[in-house]
Amino acid sequence: MSGAVADQAVPLVTAAEEKIAIASQLQLTWWRLRRHRLAVASGVLVILFYLVAVFADFLAITSPHATNSARSYIPPQTIHWFDEDGSFKPHVYALKGRRDMRTFKLVYAPDPSDKRYLAWFVEGYGYELFGLIATKRHLLGIDRGVPEDALFLLGTDQLGRDVWSRLMLATRTSLTIGLVGVALSLFLGVLLGGISGLYGGAIDTVIQRIIEVLRSIPTIPLWMGLAAALPNDWSVIQVYMAITVIISLIGWTELARVVRGRFLALREEDFVTAAELAGASRLRIIFRHMVPSFMSHIIAAISLALPAMIISETTLSFLGLGLRPPAISWGVLLQDAQDIQALALAPWLLVVAVPVIVVILAFNFLGDGLRDAADPYG
Amino acid sequence: MIAYIVRRLILALLTIWAISVVTFVIIQLPPGDFVDAYIVQLSASGSVVRFEEAQALRQLYGLDQPVWVQYGKWIIRVVQGDFGASMEWNRPVTEVIGDRLWMTIVISFAAIIITWGIALPIGIYSAVRQYSFADYIFTFVGFVGIAVPNFLLALIIMYFGFKLFDLNIGGLFSSDYQLAPWSWGKVWDLMKHLPLPAVILALAGTAQLIRIMRANLLDELRRPYVTTARARGLVEWRAVMKYPVRAALNPFASTIGYLLPFVVSGSIVISLVLSLPTVGPLLLRALLAQDMFLAGTIVLLLGILTVIGTFISDLILMWIDPRIRAGMHE
Repeated sequence: MSGAVADQAVPLVTAAEEKIAIASQLQLTWWRLRRHRLAVASGVLVILFYLVAVFADFLAITSPHATNSARSYIPPQTIHWFDEDGSFKPHVYALKGRRDMRTFKLVYAPDPSDKRYLAWFVEGYGYELFGLIATKRHLLGIDRGVPEDALFLLGTDQLGRDVWSRLMLATRTSLTIGLVGVALSLFLGVLLGGISGLYGGAIDTVIQRIIEVLRSIPTIPLWMGLAAALPNDWSVIQVYMAITVIISLIGWTELARVVRGRFLALREEDFVTAAELAGASRLRIIFRHMVPSFMSHIIAAISLALPAMIISETTLSFLGLGLRPPAISWGVLLQDAQDIQALALAPWLLVVAVPVIVVILAFNFLGDGLRDAADPYG
Repeated sequence: MIAYIVRRLILALLTIWAISVVTFVIIQLPPGDFVDAYIVQLSASGSVVRFEEAQALRQLYGLDQPVWVQYGKWIIRVVQGDFGASMEWNRPVTEVIGDRLWMTIVISFAAIIITWGIALPIGIYSAVRQYSFADYIFTFVGFVGIAVPNFLLALIIMYFGFKLFDLNIGGLFSSDYQLAPWSWGKVWDLMKHLPLPAVILALAGTAQLIRIMRANLLDELRRPYVTTARARGLVEWRAVMKYPVRAALNPFASTIGYLLPFVVSGSIVISLVLSLPTVGPLLLRALLAQDMFLAGTIVLLLGILTVIGTFISDLILMWIDPRIRAGMHE
């Protein structure tokens, strides 16, 4: 009798267990990650930031390069959500320029009598969505007005450029430079870490020593030296690529360490031995059996490497050795906020610090969660 | 034990060699050789360099020979203490750098001391009172410390110092002592200005160290010997401090090797924001002006100092960890 009961009970248990048993490593990681709320929330935040990067031009209000010397250092405008009659009509007050008779400087003050209503999907400067579709639509703008007219959500910089619009495009540059850099590091890391872990012996020793040497060099002076040596006449794209390469040349060591560690650990596993005995080729063992089982570790390492890349680019550009204007990145924008005089005059320039900190925090939380999820024993 | 020291020493020398090669590359990278740059510099100030003179200079620096010979000549002069002349300042590089290198060391050293001083007690507290309110707070602050780049932190603190207290935070000396020769008064003045930049510099590393310390101690606290100690009626303080903390300290000391390059890098950047008299601002200026001997020398010296610091930390580690002394450990 008891045997029959067990027989009935067994399928119930295995239904859940079987799901786990046949799940791939990535699926298992995902299930564990889902329980880590902070990591999931950070992941969503990261996705949102990348959406901003994709739709940067659409979210911008005025052309990020349009200068207007008469509108330098305008403070952020307040949005008034309701009209006097209480109806929901978001608007800002138009800015009236007035010459200060003592300093002879043009001072801008909001003029409550002159309202500019906000509208969705207005026409503004032309750009190409996804680099393909030519369009003039922008998410937000002034209803039936010249866009340059009066909407400065985050104020303007010294040259009268809209900080909000510049921030949107800077997000694109800074986030993609991280991606490209990580892709390069990943290639180097997986290649060298893989060779190191797979062959062991003298090759492993040499690669490990190289990594140790690279890690004991202070990176910032090195980057500064290399970045400063870039020719002045290079185009924005060339500088962008060169900076990415410079940053990733140092950044691969951590990824290589992770990959090597996993290779060493997996080499001894039963399933690898089984594959070897079954006569699988070396390449097949690596890509079919080993790589999938440490994929999640690599993803975790990437999400921890990305913020480091972003910090590097921001720091270099901030020092004036990374991307240079007319390129727009977080570092380039922060350069305007470098000295205390500028900050005292226009504290809103420091607003760029917010996305930098938020994105890096989000990446760190996500990476931490991923690392925990990827390695239940680690 | 001897084998360990020799291995570390060889690695240190290897690193210094690698740094020297990279430095040489940096010096070589700008288009044209430095005699060209030197001639341009001289003609800008009105003097004319004759062709023969330029040729003589080229021969002196071995510029007519293959790159590796040039590297050899350069490195031999460097070993003899001749780092070349700064074109922008028209003085020997060592003279231009002067005190600034020591200031960099002082700030980096202070930052590491502060890092340890903050991370140790907080790490212990966070592990012993895991998941307490304070643990969460420290973890969060730790993450912020990691997430906010040094220069941004310096910038934000500088802004609020100015806004709220009307202070101009920056520099390492008050204006009275700026140019004064060294005296006890000047040292005291330095002591008063040092904490702020050192704390800013320390914060990022501190966060990492707290997390390492917490994780290590948590592992140790779960060990049976701790339970035994408690079962035997040891006071909680002793049960934690006597062995688990000591065991958890080991990796703590080893991280100094990674901490040092990190701190030196950071000191360069925050020196620029807070205008500290370290090599940071000098390096940036030299790079922007393509004064390559000066820039190269600074990169080289910073690298060598870091390597020496790491080597010393290895020795300390050996002193702390009996396993390394016995040659049992990597």
